[in-house]
Amino acid sequence: MAIQILMPALSPTMEEGTLAKWLVKEGDTVASGDIIAEIETDKATMEFEAVDDGIIGKLLIAEGTEAVQVNAPIAVLLEEGESSDTMDIDVPAVFTRPVSSQVSKIELAPSAPASATIPAIISVPSGPDWPDETPVKQQSVREALRDAMIEEMTSDPTVYLMGEEVGEYQGAYKVSQGLLEKFGNKRVIDTPITEHGFAGIAVGAAFGGLRPIVEFMTFNFAMQAMDQIINSAAKTLYMSGGQMGAPMVFRGPNGAAARVGAQHSQDFAAWFAQIPGLKVAMPYSASDAKGLLKTAIRDPNPVIFLENEILYGRNFDVPIMDNFTVPFGRARIWREGSDVTIVSFGIGMQHALEAGEKLLADGIVAEVIDLRTLRPIDYDTVIASVKKTNRCVTVEEGFPVGSIGNHLSSVIMERAFDYLDAPVINCTGKDVPMPYAANLEKLALVTSDQVVAAVKSVTYR
Amino acid sequence: MAVRKSTSKPNISPDELLKYYKDMLMIRRFEEKAGQLYGMGLIGGFCHLYIGQEAVVVGLEAAAEEGDKRITSYRDHGHMLAAGMNPDGVMAELTGRVGGYSKGKGGSMHMFSKEKHFYGGHGIVAAQVPLGAGLAFADLYKENGRVTFTYFGDGAANQGQVYETFNMAALWELPVIFVIENNQYAMGTSQRRSTSSPDIYTRGAAFGIPGEAVDGMDVLSVKEAGDRAVNHCRSGKGPYILEVKTYRYRGHSMSDPAKYRTREEVQKMREERDAIEHVRSLLLTGKHASEDDLKAIDKEVKAIVNASADFAKESPEPDLDELWTDIYA
Repeated sequence: MAIQILMPALSPTMEEGTLAKWLVKEGDTVASGDIIAEIETDKATMEFEAVDDGIIGKLLIAEGTEAVQVNAPIAVLLEEGESSDTMDIDVPAVFTRPVSSQVSKIELAPSAPASATIPAIISVPSGPDWPDETPVKQQSVREALRDAMIEEMTSDPTVYLMGEEVGEYQGAYKVSQGLLEKFGNKRVIDTPITEHGFAGIAVGAAFGGLRPIVEFMTFNFAMQAMDQIINSAAKTLYMSGGQMGAPMVFRGPNGAAARVGAQHSQDFAAWFAQIPGLKVAMPYSASDAKGLLKTAIRDPNPVIFLENEILYGRNFDVPIMDNFTVPFGRARIWREGSDVTIVSFGIGMQHALEAGEKLLADGIVAEVIDLRTLRPIDYDTVIASVKKTNRCVTVEEGFPVGSIGNHLSSVIMERAFDYLDAPVINCTGKDVPMPYAANLEKLALVTSDQVVAAVKSVTYR
Repeated sequence: MAVRKSTSKPNISPDELLKYYKDMLMIRRFEEKAGQLYGMGLIGGFCHLYIGQEAVVVGLEAAAEEGDKRITSYRDHGHMLAAGMNPDGVMAELTGRVGGYSKGKGGSMHMFSKEKHFYGGHGIVAAQVPLGAGLAFADLYKENGRVTFTYFGDGAANQGQVYETFNMAALWELPVIFVIENNQYAMGTSQRRSTSSPDIYTRGAAFGIPGEAVDGMDVLSVKEAGDRAVNHCRSGKGPYILEVKTYRYRGHSMSDPAKYRTREEVQKMREERDAIEHVRSLLLTGKHASEDDLKAIDKEVKAIVNASADFAKESPEPDLDELWTDIYA
């Protein structure tokens, strides 16, 4: 019986990859464990082994093919005596997509239903952060972050990067790809697995006049370094009467990835946003990732820069211009509307925008605001919007108690109480440690349907 | 105590010896005054006195060069005075006044002076250890030949981040001197009850960091060991550990009744091992100074300390607007 060899998922968030190279050809005999192909994920090039013994009957995907979806058949393995001529296997079109699409495309989270698509072009009435007529290119969040670091390290020799696997490994999530080669091991420093220690060393280096970028492989591991971040980095400027502080960036993926369980799936936005002395940025788009990271590196204060593993591979327009930055404390209105204000940040924006689209079917036009930075927060944009729409729903992945949404609700109540026609609703992750089981994980995460329901509630539909 | 005694002292001139005497006395008188002001309610919160340990910082400062950095824990008044910071500014910070080094916003445990290369004053036990290695990291990055004295206690020596730091400091050959001020008590817990190794510096061997124990009640031994450590670091050989065996006469903080040790134990140290008395007798027996000379120094020191107390009382409290400054640069 012929066996289909499927495109493997080689990381928790992998949805597609490049079939870089076939190491076998049709007619070759393979044994279980033989390396048959090299597959490039968005993180690394991985060797792919045969699971079963047999003869390669047919290679269904040519080497060099990009964007091969996980679980697409890539080859057929025959048993002794079988012939590939008898096989009739086509690769369904759904398993590949063109890669050089010029259309802005926002993809779906793995947990989102396949039918819920977002239109290719979302109008951005508050305008992107660059002048009209500026040429743009499609770039992933990952590449945008890398370019921000390259540009700032090029212009300021005191900027350096340290963290686990940032150098020779090229970054656990490939964000620092190429940096070691470009800047050398004096400025791109692989650390031992010792978050408390290297975070403290970086804070000391910042006291001593450098501008460190500390990469946490994920912010879950930053919990080990919390004392140095809060007590040393955030408070020293104040405690020294302004004499010395820590101009530095702590960055890395934050929040849930996919199926990695409770200890690796937590959004720390609200934790860090509580601390005076820290600044906190949490970009959604690639242009914001780039512009905000450049601002963060130049900022004379410690900045917590919360990235998202699922967003790393997403493509957005990024302007082709010198010295592009995005200021802290300025929200971006992604969609203008008059019926309800949806406020979010980071990956929450994906659910907010999806919900905004779905609500159109019910004739509800939502205004969707991306806060972009959580310290400082652009309250004015939110308040102005709520005064217009009279209703507000907040969206975030983090836990409900003491959330950013809770805080915004309080500010809205203080500053726009008389304008509210309904209570503010906070859509958050559920108040549970992240479960592993796929169905439970999906249930624990905030979804666009949850946002739609909240909007219907505040608009009394 | 398995410590190295100072064997030869030919390199110390009478003038230097007099300076050590004066600097140590300054710290002691300052701390006694601080204790007094605490009792009067002029200093609040936590206040950790350095009395008994003066030879450690005075000996090591004698081994430092201009531009070298220092960082320590919350028991920091002595380090600041030894680094040349103004006693007025230190005392006024203790009283929470605007004339203090942090404009009254840091307090006893959180003081800094960029000018004197003093990087705090840190209130979380052992947090200053990676920070100190980070200062050394910056100096190595800038290739400026500076070294950093990173002070911590025998209590801090049981924190994990110390060993995380030892590993990286050795790996990257950072010019950092780890000074373990072993005063034998981690707050109220004796070293015997808290620490597996009798000599803490030997833990450096696991990371390939050389080190030694030093008699911290003998300023000459400290200076001599400091020179060795500095030479090692400055020549690019990486970190060095000095475990300086010392003793604090007062409680852990002003609110510590110190019931965990006997009055006799403290009295014995004061009478037999006092660092200031030791230098005093060296000066007198070596005929480098007369009783009258030393009396004059005592008087001078007392005047400086009294002036600092006056300054600290008269300096106004910070303006209320200061609540909102220095949060962001």
